[in-house]
Amino acid sequence: MSGDDRTLRTQPRVQREPFSASRRLRGAALILVLCCNLSTSPCVFAHYSPSGRVGLSGPERVSWSARPIAALLSPALAGELLTVDTAGDPSRSDRSLAGRSLDWPTWRQLRRVLLLQDYNTRVVVLGTTLLGCAAAMVGSFTLLRKRALMGDALSHATLPGIALAFILATLYGGDGKALPVLLVGATISGLLGVATILVLRSLTRLKEDTAIGAVLSVYFGAGVALLSIVQQMREGNAAGLESFIYGKTASMGRADIRLIATAAAACIAGCVLLFKELKLLCFDDAFAGSRGFPVRRLDITLMALVVIVTIVGLQAVGLILMIALLIIPAAAARFWTERLGRMFLISGALGAASGWLGASVSAVFSKLPSGAMIVLVCTAMFAFSMAFGSARGVAVRAFKRRRLNRSIDRQHLLRGLYELLEESSTADDANAQRHEGVRLEALLRKRSWSRPRLLRQIRRCQDDLLVQARGNRVRLTRRGVIEARRLTRQHRLWELFLIHYADVAPSHVDRDADAIEHVLEPEIIEELEAILSRSGPALPASPHRLDQPDPVPPAEGS
Amino acid sequence: MHLWQHWSWQIDGWIIAAGVLCAVASSLLGNFLVLRRMSMLGDAITHAILPGLAVAFFISSSRSSVPMFLGAVIVGVLTALFTEWVRRFGHVDEGASMGVVFTSLFALGLVLIVQAADNVDLDAGCVLYGAIELTWLDTVSVAGAEIPRAVLVLGVVTVINALFVTLFFKELKLSSFDPSLATTTGFSAGLLHYLLMVLVAVTAVASFESVGSILVVAMFIVPPATAYMLADRLAPMIWISVFLATVAAVSGHVLAIEVPRWFGYRSTTTAGMMAVAAGALLALAILFSPRHGVLVKFLRRRRLAWKILADDTVALLYRLQERDPEAATDPNTLRGLLLADQFSFRLVLAWLRRRHYIQRHDGQLRLTRPGRHIARQLVRSHRLWEQYLTSFANIDAARVHDKAERLEHFTDRSLRDELDAATEGAEQDPHGSPIPVERSEPGNHSDS
Repeated sequence: MSGDDRTLRTQPRVQREPFSASRRLRGAALILVLCCNLSTSPCVFAHYSPSGRVGLSGPERVSWSARPIAALLSPALAGELLTVDTAGDPSRSDRSLAGRSLDWPTWRQLRRVLLLQDYNTRVVVLGTTLLGCAAAMVGSFTLLRKRALMGDALSHATLPGIALAFILATLYGGDGKALPVLLVGATISGLLGVATILVLRSLTRLKEDTAIGAVLSVYFGAGVALLSIVQQMREGNAAGLESFIYGKTASMGRADIRLIATAAAACIAGCVLLFKELKLLCFDDAFAGSRGFPVRRLDITLMALVVIVTIVGLQAVGLILMIALLIIPAAAARFWTERLGRMFLISGALGAASGWLGASVSAVFSKLPSGAMIVLVCTAMFAFSMAFGSARGVAVRAFKRRRLNRSIDRQHLLRGLYELLEESSTADDANAQRHEGVRLEALLRKRSWSRPRLLRQIRRCQDDLLVQARGNRVRLTRRGVIEARRLTRQHRLWELFLIHYADVAPSHVDRDADAIEHVLEPEIIEELEAILSRSGPALPASPHRLDQPDPVPPAEGS
Repeated sequence: MHLWQHWSWQIDGWIIAAGVLCAVASSLLGNFLVLRRMSMLGDAITHAILPGLAVAFFISSSRSSVPMFLGAVIVGVLTALFTEWVRRFGHVDEGASMGVVFTSLFALGLVLIVQAADNVDLDAGCVLYGAIELTWLDTVSVAGAEIPRAVLVLGVVTVINALFVTLFFKELKLSSFDPSLATTTGFSAGLLHYLLMVLVAVTAVASFESVGSILVVAMFIVPPATAYMLADRLAPMIWISVFLATVAAVSGHVLAIEVPRWFGYRSTTTAGMMAVAAGALLALAILFSPRHGVLVKFLRRRRLAWKILADDTVALLYRLQERDPEAATDPNTLRGLLLADQFSFRLVLAWLRRRHYIQRHDGQLRLTRPGRHIARQLVRSHRLWEQYLTSFANIDAARVHDKAERLEHFTDRSLRDELDAATEGAEQDPHGSPIPVERSEPGNHSDS
């Protein structure tokens, strides 16, 4: 591979030079801009190059100023990438493609990171942890309100605001790159984007997803068009503008941390203070409205919290990371609990943990960008939660379903046995026990179960001393008869109830009762008895014929 | 004009061609995304293809387009698949599962690329960096003619998409509106769904390569959304969306050249302006669509409100005079009773006076003969309804007023006769007020 790679690597962007021959053409001016920018940047993918990392090497490695203007031309990507350092450091520039291995850290390096001994590491880890916590907490409300992608739309919609703020500030002689100016611009246009979505959704026939997508792409398109103008401005230096916009995790400073801490505290406080109201809003906004809560204002408050956390996060860590932090921890927390309060706390903890872990991993391994690592840690947590979450995890649900299926199978087996015994008119307890047993084939014909499944179930029931299998015959034990009687009785009570009170034809009740008999509680059985005034242990006869449950319309009920 | 002085078909023509093809290809599929409420999938896919590119680069160790294209398409389809899995197995709602999947894949791709592409020019005429302005530079020769590669690729994709939509029109329609019915009629809605996903990924990647990511997402969603505002049937919706996509592409390029000049700058990016143009079309459609437009709906509702206010005004005058012929009926009192705002009430009064339904006598409003006639009809409808609702719908007499108040405006002669028959010619409503007698001609009889 190396030959090819070397040519790739050594091939400079200046090869676009021949294009300059076409300057006389109308598009020349435009092309020229593009070519110049391309040639100043080693390559577009340079934005993704590796040395933008946090930690060990100290801040001198992080040279953001050198980020090329060409990034402005592909803000769609460059902007969404985080923590990536263009220029890199000279010592690394000779790294070959083959060197894909990670540099394993020494124990000392590891300890330095974990104990937060470096200023840079400390700042970044603290910042991402706080941000993760706040975003995840706000995110748990937006997730439940089914507004998960709102953060996506919002962060894309900030672009035109940032560009306009820069243009206006520069034209009026201010410093276009001043953080407050850009933040105000971003906030205004982000809010405008959210407002547009809400208006589109409520006033037109467009659905929520369409509204989000349309706003996201149109605002972002406008932003890109404006950024291209920004680039042509003679006044003001646009270079590095996008790093103010789109994240600089690796080079977070004390001021950024202060900003993040303030915003995070505000968001967390907002969530905690309005917890009850937001909870009601998420679960039943119509009810909240009828109880006199200002639903619209609450909705706006929630959106404002999202805006605050997103915009602070955007300029600190980048667009995709922000979306991920808003969605993933909350979605992961949902697997662990059914209660909002706990979900809120778990989500915050997961967000904080992924901020901390991601940033630390990135600090330990020099080649892993911190923003992406935070997202991947989040994803790992999500995957784990989805698999093993204690409330809604896939494993737990599968386990519960298996247990239910087994108990259903057992009940079917017992009832099937009992009904077969009943047919041979030996249904009273003593006879049932003396009966030599039911043939396996008869049982197999009773339901659509496979032989292995039936055998497995028989074995399980045998372990519980409910049946005895001898050769090809199965018979109920004393315990088995009692249990089978109870089950058959439940089934028939429900059938009778359906026939008498729900006007279901006797030929159809078997299937309905079959579905529900397994979940009937004793209280319901008592109620059924009261309704049908059949007290006592007597077992009603089946209201339909047992040998051919479906095809033949059976005789009228007992 | 500046535009035409510098226009060059060699450049602008091809740029527009690429833009139009991209817009048409995307919006053809976009219609179904919008209808199936999967609009954000285009966005998710364009973000998520990054690891596909990286892995393709790892495997092929080259930057040629074909492996990259394949890798991106595969990951694009995987995005849809994973989203579906997370939604189904995790019971996470659609938007959130999409958010989880695409941010994760994007981060993964980022890490992979950082490992791979230290200083390697992964970009190289390829996938991520769309620059529609450079379309015309990269040409291939087809049958002797030099055609830009992007135009060729997009042309092929457009043809494929058009074929797909035409051939599977019926199936797509059915499975978009009623997937379970589609499955019961014997073709697999799931298969079609994934076929659609494959094409969405192909289109996204092809367009992404040549014209950039914003444009793809915008064209997937915005023209179909605009068409959705304008049409109620699928076939017209698709035609309209294709037409609008074309308009947006052309006008986007023109705007990109023209608009910045007004402010003294050179041109701006065509892709961005195409998205803006599409957005502007959507805004226009939302405002002025003849059936679903916000403005039209607003006016329709306003007119109805005024008509009802006019009805209420004459009916109120009738009732007041019925109770007490000397009752004060000056406009301000009436307005207070009707809870109407100043503007609407004045408008309605002016209208009523122009139709000679009311007239003014020393500051008091009086019904004219035709006015009294329509007022009597209204009051009769109202009271008949009250009587009917209390006797047949078992509604408490105290609560029928509101319902009757609504129904009276839409009750014509034949319905009144039916109500009359049903209530057996009742002479009083449940509150004890007399039900006025039906009279056919206004004013030939002397009023009581």
